[in-house]
Amino acid sequence: MPGVENAEKLNKKYLREKMWPTIFCNGCGHGVVLDYTFWALEELGWNMDKVVFASGIGCSSRLPGYINADGLHTTHGRAIAFATGIKAANPELNIVVFTGDGDCSGIGGNHLIHAARRNIDITVIMINNFTYGMTGGQLAPTAPLGSIATTAPYGNIEHPFNICELVKALGANYVARWPVSHPYQPMKSVKEALDKKGFSLVEFLAPCPTAYGRRNKLGDIKKHWKWYDDNTILIEEYEKIMNYGTEEEKEKSRNKIQIGVFQDIQKSGFFEEYEKLVERLQVKHGTGDKK
Amino acid sequence: MMYKRDPELIREVLGKKVQFILGDMACVYGGLLAGCSFFGGYPITPASEVAEGMARRLPRVKGTYIQMEDEIGSIAAVIGAAWGGAKSMTATSGPGFSLMMENYGFAVMTETPCVIVNVQRTGPSTGQPTLGAQGDMMQARWGTHGDFEALALAPSTVQECMDFTVEAFNLAEKYRNPACVMTDGEMGHLRERVVIPDEKDLKIVNRVTATIDKKKFIPFTNSQTRKNCKVPDFPTFGTGYHTYVTGLTHNEKGFPATDKQPDHEKLVKRITSKITDDLDKLTMVEKINLDDAKTVFVTYGATARPAESAMEMARAKGKKVGMLRLKMVWPFPYKEIEKLAEKVDKIIVPEMNLGQIVHPVREYSWGNCKVVSAPKIGGEMHLPNELYKYLEGK
Amino acid sequence: MIEIKDDWCKGCGICIERCPVNALEESDKLNKKGIHPARLKEKNECNFCRLCELICPDFAITVIPDKEAKKNKKKILLSPAGGRNK
Repeated sequence: MPGVENAEKLNKKYLREKMWPTIFCNGCGHGVVLDYTFWALEELGWNMDKVVFASGIGCSSRLPGYINADGLHTTHGRAIAFATGIKAANPELNIVVFTGDGDCSGIGGNHLIHAARRNIDITVIMINNFTYGMTGGQLAPTAPLGSIATTAPYGNIEHPFNICELVKALGANYVARWPVSHPYQPMKSVKEALDKKGFSLVEFLAPCPTAYGRRNKLGDIKKHWKWYDDNTILIEEYEKIMNYGTEEEKEKSRNKIQIGVFQDIQKSGFFEEYEKLVERLQVKHGTGDKK
Repeated sequence: MMYKRDPELIREVLGKKVQFILGDMACVYGGLLAGCSFFGGYPITPASEVAEGMARRLPRVKGTYIQMEDEIGSIAAVIGAAWGGAKSMTATSGPGFSLMMENYGFAVMTETPCVIVNVQRTGPSTGQPTLGAQGDMMQARWGTHGDFEALALAPSTVQECMDFTVEAFNLAEKYRNPACVMTDGEMGHLRERVVIPDEKDLKIVNRVTATIDKKKFIPFTNSQTRKNCKVPDFPTFGTGYHTYVTGLTHNEKGFPATDKQPDHEKLVKRITSKITDDLDKLTMVEKINLDDAKTVFVTYGATARPAESAMEMARAKGKKVGMLRLKMVWPFPYKEIEKLAEKVDKIIVPEMNLGQIVHPVREYSWGNCKVVSAPKIGGEMHLPNELYKYLEGK
Repeated sequence: MIEIKDDWCKGCGICIERCPVNALEESDKLNKKGIHPARLKEKNECNFCRLCELICPDFAITVIPDKEAKKNKKKILLSPAGGRNK
């Protein structure tokens, strides 16, 4: 890694050290996402004066408070709409949105859908821990079928939300999902997402031993982290098995969560098109040359 | 493409100096003149024309128009744009105003300048979408949860729709607080003559941005560059101040202080006193025939028009009637009401609602005179005859 | 050389669990929060792969490669889930 070589130097450059240690629980995956994001930013070499971090409400949304950059900690579910406004006012800023699964797909679903559809040039890093962690472990839209939550004490009877599938269908430029337990691919993916013009979404599967794990027989931190190793499968592996595998292999893979990069295209973004529109109007009304 | 206010370009886009336009369109003109460069909107009767006007004209002055997915997204984008450095506004009506309340509170707490035009219609709920009312006046003051001060202007003519929108921007920028322009369906869909002011006659106020040494800058405290000013300098995103902005109770540096009583009290008291300290500067009223009046109409917005006619009818018959028109309704100009109540026998408050502003009027009359509410709901304006009847009774 | 910020460690144990050469263990001392922070074992085969540094949720671990050890560094092939390079 060029420039900063180790965590000590990374901390000094990107972290608000006075706010440390974090409010996150022991064994929580959120700090790891922050770590990967910092390494990705370091590799990209962005000027931290021109990066803005927006977030909603929840554990994930506390992350901008620890970053030494402009941060906007908004209302529940609306971070993406706020980010759209910031970008509209100053398209030269790089906007990164930290949000959670409930914040983004529950209350914030509508804003997610339209920002992805418009291909707004922001990067959304969504940390999915299958629960509303900050408020104590209520049922979230992404909770697996049958899981226990404080507001689903007899088991969840709703089907979980596949957020990546939705955003992919909306035509976002970059969609990926990774667990936090292995560093190199997520770091590379976050770097690609940040660098990409247009709407990028990186979903992180992060353990929540306190609110989710404890109620779902994954209270032991090591066991919870291992669950992600055993129950995720790379999209390429999955497709290979589904096309060429045995019935037994297919059965085993079907229920695993797919991870990897689901979409990586390059469509023109909203603000690019808007700038073209403004230029067209200047030419049409002959106001462009009156300077 | 960062916006830069170009007075010549704006006037070229607006067109002739004297025009015959809708009240909604006058709000668009006011916004553009003030230097608005971001509009996040959503269609709602009777405010859709504001969004349409902006969609057509903002790109021509190189601003940005986005039709957001709902009113909540609209106000969120407006606040985000303000932090990105833009002057931003949105326009809506009752149902949308209700949706915006949470983020309105966020704008107050984070001291974000923005303008909301509420073209009021009858409520509650869907009500009568195409007919005007004044039923949101108390909501403008108390709509969001918690303690805060509101800034709200009530235009009575289409020219005022334009002028008050410019004034709303000035107030928002000066006090770093959201400002509302409370028009209504009648004003919004009325066409009247407006005169677009020349640049030299226009007063524009811009926010004071942070310029001092980044290590010394404190984002949420009294201004470090202006004496006796409770409005902090504004650290626009992207200028290197690395500000953390949150709706949680925060200390002066912007970081959450949710378990500290003194921090919350200090923050909320500073935010509210930004406006309450300046009550005298924020008193905008019009006084007509008050010198010898014994009965006075206290009005605002569209009802000022029939009230003025009723007053003239009365004066023609020798009755001593006057009118106090509130141009800025919040913060409430209570001192004017106190002075008035000591001189007159009766105050009549005509409103297109079941009585909202009549309550602070009654409170600040301190029992010195009679205060009568003259409500009318259902989407029709008062007729001068109807108001004249209030002058005959006791 | 591995430096651990004792007061930042929350004792989750992930670094100890995930080290490919089992070079970390819980120490005996207690930090301010009553946790036994992680530490490098006395006898260890740490090859500076930096997995512990990258995966610590609290930024508590810094890996500083020893200059002499670089010469006889044993290369271990890390295979994260999958392993296909784009």
